[in-house]
Amino acid sequence: MKKNVILISVVVILAIFPLFIQKGAEFGGADGEAEAAIGEINASYEPWFSSIWEPPSGEIESLLFCLQAAIGAGFIGYFVGLTRGKYKRKDNVNNKEGQI
Amino acid sequence: MNKLKSIFNWKMIYFLAFVMIVPKQAFAMHIMEGFLPVEWAIFWWAVTIPFLILGFRSIRKTIKENPDTKMMLGLSGAFAFVLSALKIPSVTGSCSHPTGVGLGTVLFGPFAMSIVGFIVLLFQSLLLAHGGLTTLGANAFSMAVVGPLIAYGVYKGASKAGLTFAFAVFLAATLGDLGTYLVTSIQLALAFPSEVGGFFASFTKFSTIFALTQIPLAISEGILTVVIMNFLKKYNVAELKALRVFSKGAEQR
Repeated sequence: MKKNVILISVVVILAIFPLFIQKGAEFGGADGEAEAAIGEINASYEPWFSSIWEPPSGEIESLLFCLQAAIGAGFIGYFVGLTRGKYKRKDNVNNKEGQI
Repeated sequence: MNKLKSIFNWKMIYFLAFVMIVPKQAFAMHIMEGFLPVEWAIFWWAVTIPFLILGFRSIRKTIKENPDTKMMLGLSGAFAFVLSALKIPSVTGSCSHPTGVGLGTVLFGPFAMSIVGFIVLLFQSLLLAHGGLTTLGANAFSMAVVGPLIAYGVYKGASKAGLTFAFAVFLAATLGDLGTYLVTSIQLALAFPSEVGGFFASFTKFSTIFALTQIPLAISEGILTVVIMNFLKKYNVAELKALRVFSKGAEQR
């Protein structure tokens, strides 16, 4: 598990690093930039269909977003706990069987 | 009916419920609603649908052969959800997010994640106005079809070449993620070739926006996939063997 701690630290560093080398950048979404690029290439293009529903505000959007991350992480946490519990029980019942 | 029941037990209901209730945040990878000309929108839908059928069959077959792996299918879905919720800043000064389909692909083969990816994209376009229904075919093709195909090919190739299990998983998830964004760039360049320079000029432009931003995130996705895989390798070795995840001898290394 020590290996995993190191690996996760690398991910965190990868995420923080850009904040320092790109000071003052907007950190907007790349899809907005693509929208602008389409405008440059073909200025006459008009989107012919628009979204059926949009979240009424940035707050609602971030609420839905937090909910998503929370429930997803909840399932992963449940899976990890369940699996380790099962493994330990098997280990206790038969010391050799549970070993890898 | 019995089969249906066994598929839709409570674990699957939980999983499906959170797939449906929980939408997605501003996605960097997706082509926005209405931003593909009609003929391209239809074309990508037509290309994607056969893969959805393959994906459905693949999941059904896996659950039938190894009912014990249902929880791991749920885990692959949950992993894709969490990862695609993480909008991470990148060296280009904009944000993007990983795709998370690499894990499920290594576990369940090249087609299973097409369904999961498609559902993610569908609800995201319905509930968060990111991506879109008309561009869903194209977006699903890049994230749910090509991404997993690349990841699978890389995983098999790297295993055959004798790389360690962890490194093969890392390469598969990273390159699958990058491939998704390259396909998005190709799709946009095909639909919007530059007046000067045509397809290639456009491709350069879009791939700078999408793929370059994605490189550090793809590496992060690769690492996180290895973290989960380390856990599965320790505690779920029986399931991994049943799914034939390991190539010959790979588990020893």
